[in-house]
Amino acid sequence: MEANEILQKAAQLRSGLSTSFRDEIVKSLYTEAETIARRAVKSAADRKYDFDQKIDRLVTSPVFGLPIMLALLAVVIWLTVSGANVVSDAIASLLFWVGDQGRALFHALHIPWWITGFLWDGVYRGLAWVVSVMLPPMMIFFPAFTILEDLGYLPRVAFNLDWLYRKSGAHGKQALTMAMGFGCNAAGVVSTRIIDSPRERLIAILTNNFVPCNGRFPTLIMLSTVFVAAGFSGFTASVIAAASVVVVVMIGIAFTLLMSWLLTKTMLKGEASAFTLELPPYRVPNVWRILYTSLIDRTLFVLWRAMQTAAPAGAIIWILANVPVGNSNLAQSIADWLNPFGLLLGLDGVILLAYIIAIPANEIVVPTMMMVYTGASMMIEGPSGNQEIFNLLVHGHGWTMLTAINLMLFALLHNPCATTIITIYKETKSYKWTILSVVITLGTAILVTFLTATVARLLGWG
Amino acid sequence: MSEKIQLPTENCATCPAYTQLEKMGIKIDNFDRVIALAGNPNTGKSTLFNALTGLKQHTGNWPGKTVTRAEGGYQFNGVRYKLVDLPGTYSLLSASQDEEVARDFILFGQPDCTIVVTDATALERNLNLVMQVLEITDKVVVAVNLMDEARRKGLEVDTRSLARDLGVPAIPITARTGEGISTLLQTVAGVIEGSIITAPKRVQGTPEFQRAVNELVPMLEALVPGLPNARWLAIRLLDGDARVQKALENGELPELMARQRRAEVSFSRKMAIEGRQ
Repeated sequence: MEANEILQKAAQLRSGLSTSFRDEIVKSLYTEAETIARRAVKSAADRKYDFDQKIDRLVTSPVFGLPIMLALLAVVIWLTVSGANVVSDAIASLLFWVGDQGRALFHALHIPWWITGFLWDGVYRGLAWVVSVMLPPMMIFFPAFTILEDLGYLPRVAFNLDWLYRKSGAHGKQALTMAMGFGCNAAGVVSTRIIDSPRERLIAILTNNFVPCNGRFPTLIMLSTVFVAAGFSGFTASVIAAASVVVVVMIGIAFTLLMSWLLTKTMLKGEASAFTLELPPYRVPNVWRILYTSLIDRTLFVLWRAMQTAAPAGAIIWILANVPVGNSNLAQSIADWLNPFGLLLGLDGVILLAYIIAIPANEIVVPTMMMVYTGASMMIEGPSGNQEIFNLLVHGHGWTMLTAINLMLFALLHNPCATTIITIYKETKSYKWTILSVVITLGTAILVTFLTATVARLLGWG
Repeated sequence: MSEKIQLPTENCATCPAYTQLEKMGIKIDNFDRVIALAGNPNTGKSTLFNALTGLKQHTGNWPGKTVTRAEGGYQFNGVRYKLVDLPGTYSLLSASQDEEVARDFILFGQPDCTIVVTDATALERNLNLVMQVLEITDKVVVAVNLMDEARRKGLEVDTRSLARDLGVPAIPITARTGEGISTLLQTVAGVIEGSIITAPKRVQGTPEFQRAVNELVPMLEALVPGLPNARWLAIRLLDGDARVQKALENGELPELMARQRRAEVSFSRKMAIEGRQ
């Protein structure tokens, strides 16, 4: 028996059947399901269901849907900003105090300076920076985010945004994979499997990185707290910091739309396909599961990943800062060499150096940058509070508002982290699209920061 | 019918379910039976999967959370089961990747039993998938999940009527609290051993359609000996399913069957450690 024979036979039999046999089967399947369900389910009062629908009508309404979404995001971020402020100074002071004690102990034991320096000023300081910059916002942001996820709000976000994606020629479900990207871009890339059409799936993969993941939120929150809200105090400062993070997120979403549109007009031409999006019922969040998911799965996972890259990054920076080159050291020389290009983008050489060192997990760009600044200037004490960070960067290294804003834009738009790049390769099985995913994002980041820097300087703001 | 059981924690070492159910996590190298977990998106498959295996597969109130298959194990009454959590799908007929993963496994992985998890609050929509799974395999148990939500919404689900109409057992459960899980596991064991006989409801179609199917089935069985779902494949061929045609043409069918039997332990271990998808 040959396969071809069977196929021919099937084709022949098919032509003998009435043309509508396929629809008839599907129809009888659906009618049967309907009959069985009607026999098995008795419905009493539908109160709760009505309530669900009332909420849905509000949060997915064309008028209030988007404002409610932005307001919720703003509240979550505001809670994070104001809560993180309370603990971050304490955590930083504690960790740097431990560092001082460790260094003093090594000194007392007459351990060679380069071992003490490498361990305490390199590796330990790298870890301390990552923990003090990233842990406080994560402890508040992740549980809040998980509550929204558990409640069933994220599919509503997708519902509010799907028409925008369809307008840009992409699949409406891309709104859902994008929302997933807020958790983790690698997970967002994997979740694009729900999109049937390969063309639309590629668009979703290539643009997922424009929404900031959990790993990058702490960077954005810290920058907006320390810089954008620097001129204000108390409540106003936290509101302004939260608002600027929301603006950055909106810019990110705008870029996913813009890039999707550009891709559908150039490399990935085609029409958007139709789909159905199910809105799951609202569920009462399970407190223990939220704590587990947000603290163990998310906070510890992200922190551990950051620490694994921060420790070697700290060690590399210490070595670079202690290899003498002329009057200066290697770290400073590289930073000086990168500086012209950095300034062109409204950044500086140190930021670019930190960025290169932090490629494996680019959520540690800010801590790495701080280590280069403090390590390169041979400071023994690390700044511990927001005000000290501000003083170090602004008075010590000539940062302006432009530097902070461009660093936020760069953090938002730059290339995916190594994990996400590997995931993109696994999902597309194509070097071309993997490389392109890096080129598109990094290119956008460089172009946008260059443009903002140039415009700002022309207007005399730089 | 719906007795309340507590899932095993330290507090209830005396509870009978504790001795019966042992979560084996990813220790699934030596298993006796393979169970597939299918269902519409967002019906709580992953919640049931976690409750049985003790793994921490990421669950969330989202359709489309599980897009690949995850595997874990549990032991019930001394029998070791491998549980395969499939992506949630509305049907098994389209071509998206998540549906293909689910379909290929039910079709060629030859699970000893397939649990179709359904949402008690949206039974009609969920039954479409149940009927499609029944087209493929006899060994099916329908788990009617989210019974607590149905009760809250004032819905009364008569699982006995459901079982009678579908020709396979239908068990009411609430995966989140553990309600009905031991009954579900007992039923699954019964279906596998043959102490519970199933007679799945199948769409008959017109007489000429029946004749066409009956002509193709022996041909398919002659081509690939041991093919478990010749009837379903015949229907798909009559429907002009490109994927099934291709699998037949390039001799992929035996290969597909072999591949679906292989465990993806390393993958599910990674999932378990990272706890996310």
